[in-house]
Amino acid sequence: MACIEARGLRKAFGATVALDGVDLRVEEGRILGLIGPNGAGKTTALNAILGLIPYQGELSVLGHDPWAERERLMRDVSFIADVAILPRWIRVSQALDYVAGVHPRFDRAKAEAFLAKTTIKRTSKVRELSKGMVVQLHLALVMAIDAKLLVLDEPTLGLDILYRKQFYDSLLNDYYDHSRTILVTTHQVEEVQDVLTDLMFINRGRIVLSCSMEEIESRYLELLVHPDNLAAARALGPIHERQVFGRSILLFDHADRDQLAALGEVRRSSIADLFVAVIGNQAGQPGGAAR
Amino acid sequence: MNTPSNAVPGSHADSQGIAGPPMLRTRPMYWSVRRELWESRSIYIAPLVVMALVLFGSLISMVRLPGRMETLPAHDPAVEQALIRVFSIAPAPIMLATFLVGVFYSLDALYGERRDRTILFWKSLPVSDLTTVLSKASIPLVVLPLIAFVLSVATLGIMLVLGTAILLASGLSPATLWAKVHFFQEPLIMIYGLTVHALWFSPIYAWLLLVSAWARRTPVLWAALPPFAIVVVERIAFGTSHFCSLLRYRVTGALEEAFGINTSGGGVGHIDQLSQLTPLTFLSSPGLSIGLVFAAAFLVAAVRLRRYREPI
Repeated sequence: MACIEARGLRKAFGATVALDGVDLRVEEGRILGLIGPNGAGKTTALNAILGLIPYQGELSVLGHDPWAERERLMRDVSFIADVAILPRWIRVSQALDYVAGVHPRFDRAKAEAFLAKTTIKRTSKVRELSKGMVVQLHLALVMAIDAKLLVLDEPTLGLDILYRKQFYDSLLNDYYDHSRTILVTTHQVEEVQDVLTDLMFINRGRIVLSCSMEEIESRYLELLVHPDNLAAARALGPIHERQVFGRSILLFDHADRDQLAALGEVRRSSIADLFVAVIGNQAGQPGGAAR
Repeated sequence: MNTPSNAVPGSHADSQGIAGPPMLRTRPMYWSVRRELWESRSIYIAPLVVMALVLFGSLISMVRLPGRMETLPAHDPAVEQALIRVFSIAPAPIMLATFLVGVFYSLDALYGERRDRTILFWKSLPVSDLTTVLSKASIPLVVLPLIAFVLSVATLGIMLVLGTAILLASGLSPATLWAKVHFFQEPLIMIYGLTVHALWFSPIYAWLLLVSAWARRTPVLWAALPPFAIVVVERIAFGTSHFCSLLRYRVTGALEEAFGINTSGGGVGHIDQLSQLTPLTFLSSPGLSIGLVFAAAFLVAAVRLRRYREPI
């Protein structure tokens, strides 16, 4: 059974179409990054998956219809929206009491153990904690829940680099166990590059790219061209070209590695560059697919 | 799967048979109510402050008492009147305070969580919208009346001890004081009065909760303007004021139906006799059943609205 399965998922707010017929399938045990520019429909997609908004089309999360069965679904799904949603008045001990009181899959000892590694005091209120500590607290609560799906919407927004690094380290080392599925949206693409197993680009309510990270590495190659070979390289049909220090870097989809190596230095493409290439190409051609 | 029993998730077995550790027993309703008490501490602090003020006022009044009892004969009606007055008005401010707290609490209950975006956190946990709305409704309908009762009884008890001590210290007999206080009657009347008002006012609280689930800003205005508009339009269009009398009946009707008091006659008399209670009239009054139907409808609408609502 797929963890998330959507067919023709559509959501409009008045005249604005936020999701325009999204098809997606996320298998169990994957770490999927949903990447897109502002207003691409990321949060709308997550909200639909979490049962927070009604939608058109078919959507099944862990075999449930999220909108009809949100409360049932939330026993198996954990969710961190962003750092601002923990109530500012709540004490750390109260947050632990409350989640333990309402969540059947919450392991309090696990949360306490995680908190013990931080400097967060049980008696502190959330309003007294720094932004980074609030994320640590939320992560402690969520990691202690034995969930099948964890949804993270910009979880590290506004955090400094130390906390961001720590966040993904904790997630991978202490939480992820290959049977859980993690769905994360973020602007900091370079940060999740080594974390993800799958990548999905969304733009204007449509999925414009969807593949595994292995596939990305074999499919997309970047070529730092020798100036002499520029014309020959361009003839191979790069999907994107940029200049760095006066030298051209061309991005190829499905190109022959050996053929490229003859023209310059070949390396794997970063998600950030791929994102710019795919989404940037879209800017001029509405609705056009990048592949 | 999504049966009405979803108010108590975890109590019924996981019929999907998904593997995992055993589900722990959870009490979402209990913890939701506790959460409200953590967040809105005014629920008990405001009545406590009023109680302190009442005790302060009665202390002054009772300190003056021996002096007046010395100048007047022990069984002079004026002394009895003074005693009765102090004791009979003491619970009223406390009950009024809990009513006001209930109004402001209800107006903010489903609005505040959207304004501060915490609704996303609450909705990330397996607590249904029904449980959430019912837990919030239970604050003005159950928790606040209970607080009013406990604090009122405590106030009367403390006042009795204080009064006795002051009278004894001045060499006077507290017999008159004790003869005037009805130990069992007063709490009974209070329980009855608080229950009656919780039921009678339930559509008011439910309406405020509904508005707080709906309004994008200033729920206070949205709660007050529609009734006001109906009154004004009715007055101008038909020259009548049925809706206005309806609202007045909703505010004062409980006294009429439950205590047989005619409020249109002016001042509300003091209730100190069990014989003044008219529970059968109250229970059979259409005003009660219609009110309860409206309260239920408003709460159902609030549950539906919370399902759709996003942070503002």
